[in-house]
Amino acid sequence: MLRKALRLFSLTFLALAGMHVHAAEQEVSSTTVLNMPTGVSTISHQIYDLHMLIFWVCVVIGIGVFGAMLWAMYFHRKSIGHEAENWHEHLGVELVWTIVPIFILVAMAWPATTTLIEIYDTSDAEIDIRVTGSQWKWQYEYMGEGVQFLSQLASSQDEIYNLDEKGEFYLQEVDNPLVIPVDTKVRFLLSATDVIHSFWVPDFAIKKDAIPGYITETWVEVTETGVYRGSCTELCGQGHAFMPVVFNVVEKDEYEFWLAEKIQEAEAIAALTEQTFTMEELMARGEEAYLTSCALCHQANGQGVPPAFPSLVGSAVVTGPIDAHLEVGVNGVPGTVMQAFGNLLNEVDLAAIMTYQRNAWGNDMGDIVQPIDVYNYKQGQ
Amino acid sequence: MSAEASYYVPEQSKMPILMAAAMGLAAFGAGRWMITGDSLMCILGVVAIATMMYFWFTTVIDENLRGLPSAQLKRSYVWGISWFIFSEVMFFAGFFGALFYLRNIAMPWLGGDGVGVHNPELLWNGFEAEWPLLHTPDQALNGENAKFVGAHESLSYPGLSGLLHWLPLYNTVILLFSSYTVHLAHHALKHGDNRKKFNFWLGFTVVLGLIFLCLQVMEYREAYGHYGITLTSGIYGTTFFMLTGFHGFHVAMGTLMLAIQLLRSFKGQFTADDHFGFEMSSWYWHFVDVVWVMLFFFVYII
Amino acid sequence: MAHGPAKGVTRWLFTTNHKDIGTLYLWFSFAMFILGGFFAMVIRAELFEPGMQLVRPEFFNQMTTMHGLVMVFGAIMPSFVGLANWMIPMMIGAPDMALPRMNNLSFWILPPAFLMLASTLFMEAGAPNFGWTFYAPLSTTYAPETVNYFIFAVHIMGASSIMGSINIVATVLNMRAPGMTMMKMPLFVWTWLITAFLLIAVMPVLAGAVTMMLMDINFGTAFFEAAGGGDPVLFQHIFWFFGHPEVYIIILPAFGVISEIIPTFSRKPLFGYASMVYATSAIAFLSFIVWAHHMFLVGMPVSGELYFMYATMLIAVPTGVKVFNWVSTMFRGAISYETPMLFAIAFVILFTLGGFTGLMLAIAPSDIQYHDTYFVVAHFHYVMVAGAVFSMSAAVYYWLPKWTGRMYNEAMGKLHFWISFIGFNITFFPQHFLGLGGMPRRYADYALQFADWNMVSSIGAFIYGASQILFLYNVIATIVAGKKVSEPKTWDGANGLEWSLPTPPPYHTFTTPPDASVIEENSTVAH
Ligand code: HEA
Ligand code: HEA
Ligand code: HEC
Ligand code: CUA
Ligand SMILES: [Cu+2]
Repeated sequence: MLRKALRLFSLTFLALAGMHVHAAEQEVSSTTVLNMPTGVSTISHQIYDLHMLIFWVCVVIGIGVFGAMLWAMYFHRKSIGHEAENWHEHLGVELVWTIVPIFILVAMAWPATTTLIEIYDTSDAEIDIRVTGSQWKWQYEYMGEGVQFLSQLASSQDEIYNLDEKGEFYLQEVDNPLVIPVDTKVRFLLSATDVIHSFWVPDFAIKKDAIPGYITETWVEVTETGVYRGSCTELCGQGHAFMPVVFNVVEKDEYEFWLAEKIQEAEAIAALTEQTFTMEELMARGEEAYLTSCALCHQANGQGVPPAFPSLVGSAVVTGPIDAHLEVGVNGVPGTVMQAFGNLLNEVDLAAIMTYQRNAWGNDMGDIVQPIDVYNYKQGQ
Repeated sequence: MSAEASYYVPEQSKMPILMAAAMGLAAFGAGRWMITGDSLMCILGVVAIATMMYFWFTTVIDENLRGLPSAQLKRSYVWGISWFIFSEVMFFAGFFGALFYLRNIAMPWLGGDGVGVHNPELLWNGFEAEWPLLHTPDQALNGENAKFVGAHESLSYPGLSGLLHWLPLYNTVILLFSSYTVHLAHHALKHGDNRKKFNFWLGFTVVLGLIFLCLQVMEYREAYGHYGITLTSGIYGTTFFMLTGFHGFHVAMGTLMLAIQLLRSFKGQFTADDHFGFEMSSWYWHFVDVVWVMLFFFVYII
Repeated sequence: MAHGPAKGVTRWLFTTNHKDIGTLYLWFSFAMFILGGFFAMVIRAELFEPGMQLVRPEFFNQMTTMHGLVMVFGAIMPSFVGLANWMIPMMIGAPDMALPRMNNLSFWILPPAFLMLASTLFMEAGAPNFGWTFYAPLSTTYAPETVNYFIFAVHIMGASSIMGSINIVATVLNMRAPGMTMMKMPLFVWTWLITAFLLIAVMPVLAGAVTMMLMDINFGTAFFEAAGGGDPVLFQHIFWFFGHPEVYIIILPAFGVISEIIPTFSRKPLFGYASMVYATSAIAFLSFIVWAHHMFLVGMPVSGELYFMYATMLIAVPTGVKVFNWVSTMFRGAISYETPMLFAIAFVILFTLGGFTGLMLAIAPSDIQYHDTYFVVAHFHYVMVAGAVFSMSAAVYYWLPKWTGRMYNEAMGKLHFWISFIGFNITFFPQHFLGLGGMPRRYADYALQFADWNMVSSIGAFIYGASQILFLYNVIATIVAGKKVSEPKTWDGANGLEWSLPTPPPYHTFTTPPDASVIEENSTVAH
């Protein structure tokens, strides 16, 4: 332990000496973090430079101030017989050290202003992606393409609770990453369904709050392909640490290909909505979807974590009329973390989950919820 | 010098700790009330606070009658009250700030200004910003199912034709006038020690305060009943009731304070140069009055 | 009036004596410091390694929230009010505080308020879990029901602060001994006067904010709900209009303490007394107009961001003046290193470091990367722990002999200092790296690349925490069995009216104001 600590401190020292220990290529997997990443977007370099500029200005001022202080501490000690002098005012120096810092500040504010203005220029984006934060997942919508999906933590509960070895990208991996093309200006329109979340990718130098009921915006133009990982940075409840943001930045044609595939998938789902499924099909699909969307709170065995999360086993809602069950599934329970899944999940998955809940863990209702039921329920409101 | 030397530092006192207990009880009771719906503990706490205030003020008045406080201590009281009123000013400033922000920044934003140009488009289904806000974003999106249902009509300036039926105007006149009458009372006491005149104008002020309160109750009933302005009618109802409500509460307190001064005057406790209690109450009254003028302007007129 | 304290517990319950009340405040705040520190230890223990070990994420959030609240409102603020109670009357030659009974009240409503707040930990719904900044709607629509207790606790704390501050303002403005002009007051008195003004100005605004929450939660109003036309960001504006002055409320009295201690142990008058006063006023003024630097990412228009960035950066100027003045005071003095001086020097260095990171945070574009990461956590612990807490330790060592008539154990004091100093830096310096490297704050669990620094930080925290046991022990040992001292001046270089009094000072002091010549002779202000 001690040796590890010493190693870390020597690294610290190197960092102060100005050596930027750069994390390997694009993945931030290095075990030693010291400084801000230079990043891979047009803005991130500017921000990094700004950061280093202020840092060095502070270092220089620090050396001046602490230098004078240490000098006095050493040479003007009483124990070596130094006698105190009695001066205690000097208009000249007081003016100097009031005015000089103002100039230093102006020198810092100048590049900061130009950078900020550039950051605020969200015009002329080629792709608009709508990002919606919910407890505790992100929903992404490629606007105008009809493509939307949820993105959730992929690390397992077992990893979190130390029952399983933690993977390399523990807490920084998701089931469905965002895919965007390189060298393209992409705009994000952010909002949230419940509480405030914040959307951050360090390598892009973008971070913006997602505020319920309001749209905020930010943009990025990434210059290198790769996988980039970020997080939610506004306290949003108990899953705050568990809603990462992952980007897969690809070449433009690759992106086109991916998008076409997604569009097809969406159309397929739309087609499926009209289909009728068997119990087995729904149960299989439902289990899978349940585990990703619901088990975080209601647990895999359906028993929840009362009183925070009610058990669904034998629950009055789940074993009651289908409409009441649909109501909770589609619209959530307002004012609680049980959110409205109507907009988050497609009809097929929702129907499958409903069917699964009604028939798993000994609930044995025996009835089936078809996608079309969900569709009709949504339309009926 | 000698006056300074005899600054009255009271001996031990049981009042503060009892007051602290009462406040603790009221606060805990209030929390419990909100959660369980049981208000008993809170009410007990408030009664205890009122009782302690009674004893505390009686003690201070009594000390004053016995001549214990020096001129310097009285100055301390003046500083104390002045800064207390300043803190009240800041309390209202918070609410006025909220009103300003909601009207001039949040509202246009929701309606599509600024960075949030997509707000009405993506979130609130064509919501249009207007003030007073009668049609909430919630209604724009959810129609019948909305939780926040705007008022049918606002209480804002109705134009010249409706002026005579416009309650806030009467309230303004009444309150402004009461500030003047309380000043007349002060004048009567200070210049010539005219107790009769003092009592008259002070009593008059108290009556004006009561009339104001009655009118406000009428206004609230009308707002709830006819106009559909409620606490849940979105941001217009919210700011309307919170601002006028806290103001009304302060008027009630001020009226009570003045009424007590009137009783004290009947007991003959004031002299031309020693009427601290009255003077502070009147300061408070003027403060409440100024707040109303601001309210009238920002809540009702513009 | 002339007699001493009452016997038994009623002395403390019914007291109107500024020294007694000061003592109560100091002990209370120390208890809260331990409580808040205990919460911090839970946080650090959970973050010792990646993965959830000790607590559930939900409870972790409660710990973070309660830690912030208890430290800020329970430990730091009351501790300086305690110091003000003890020292201000003795420093300005007043017989007591201006309004002694209210003084007692403003203390005694604190314990019920914190009892109420802490009791939520044992309720089924759990304690507040929305951070000490309690942003809506996490703290309104999505809050546990105990938020109601939290709201009323904040009301009571506000009432306490307002009453305490009114008392201080009235005392300073009205109770100075004849001859003690404003510009002769010790700097500690000045900084407290300005702090008290800040408190009276912003505590009511905080009360307003929690009242709006209360209405939104229980009565269906729409302050913070977009559906009704409200705005969650409004909450942040109101909160930070309080919150930013609040951080200067925390640090200004600390500046005052340091401005007393450094001249004493440098045996040289404070450099630039007048500019210190002006700088303090300037900081107070600026503190009202910079609040939205905590909100650079909520989507303000660019003009707003630029304004708040510039205004915030300006604060470096008056603060710099103070730092330069302290260094100049030491320069060509005859410095000795007793424990209070060690803490004071560490204060100047570490606070300045914290100030530098503050300046970095003020740069809006860079704040995109820093915001809500451990970089911010490092920043504010540098200014609050190495700032406020260190200055409080310095103050206790500095005045303890005066208060108790007994000398603390110097060796143990130095040991406390060194362990604190080292432990503190091990705890919080690596947090800069964590933040820059991408670790968000208020995270119950983190990715693997943050593991090393978190472990270092946790170890540092345990060291720093342990050093506080030493502090507690040293203080108690001094009171119980410290070497008796009786000369009025404990420190040969000390100035100020408090040092003209006997040691320990009698229960009532300055019942007759000191002579103008005494004031002149003991003045901390050079002429
Ligand atoms: C005692 C408390 C205290 C103090 C004194 C300060 C002082 C300062 N703080 Fe800090 N701050 C906090 C407590 C404090 N802060 C807290 C608690 C938070 C987080 C709240 C939360 O979110 O929970 C916070 C967060 C915070 C933020 C928001 C960060 C974010 O969330 O993204 C910002 C941004 O501007 C900031 C800036 C500053 C600045 C510019 C100063 C300045 O006053 C510093 C001035 C001092 C110096 C600059 C050093 C000395 C000067 C010189 C030697 C002169 C020459 C120097 C130059 C010209 C560079 N602080
Ligand atoms: C003045 C205020 C103050 C003080 C003094 C401290 C003191 C400490 N703080 Fe703090 N802290 C805040 C104010 C303060 N803090 C605020 C406002 C926040 C933000 C909250 C939020 O996000 O909402 C915060 C958040 C915060 C975090 C981030 C939490 C998160 O984001 O999830 C961390 C993590 O390391 C931390 C650690 C510490 C530590 C280790 C100390 C140590 O200095 C504490 C040392 C003291 C003791 C330990 C107690 C005394 C000793 C004993 C009781 C003996 C027993 C000791 C042992 C068992 C070793 N604090
Ligand atoms: C973020 C946590 C969370 C997730 C994820 C979640 N729920 Fe819930 N759920 C809750 C909470 C909390 C309640 C209790 C609400 C209340 O207080 O009434 C609840 C209640 C319910 C109920 C009513 C149970 C009863 O007996 O009252 C049903 C049915 C339900 N959820 C279904 C689902 C389905 C279906 C999903 C996934 C598609 C899901 N939940 C995902 C938190 C969650
Ligand atoms: Cu979402 Cu934090
Ligand atoms: Cu600030």
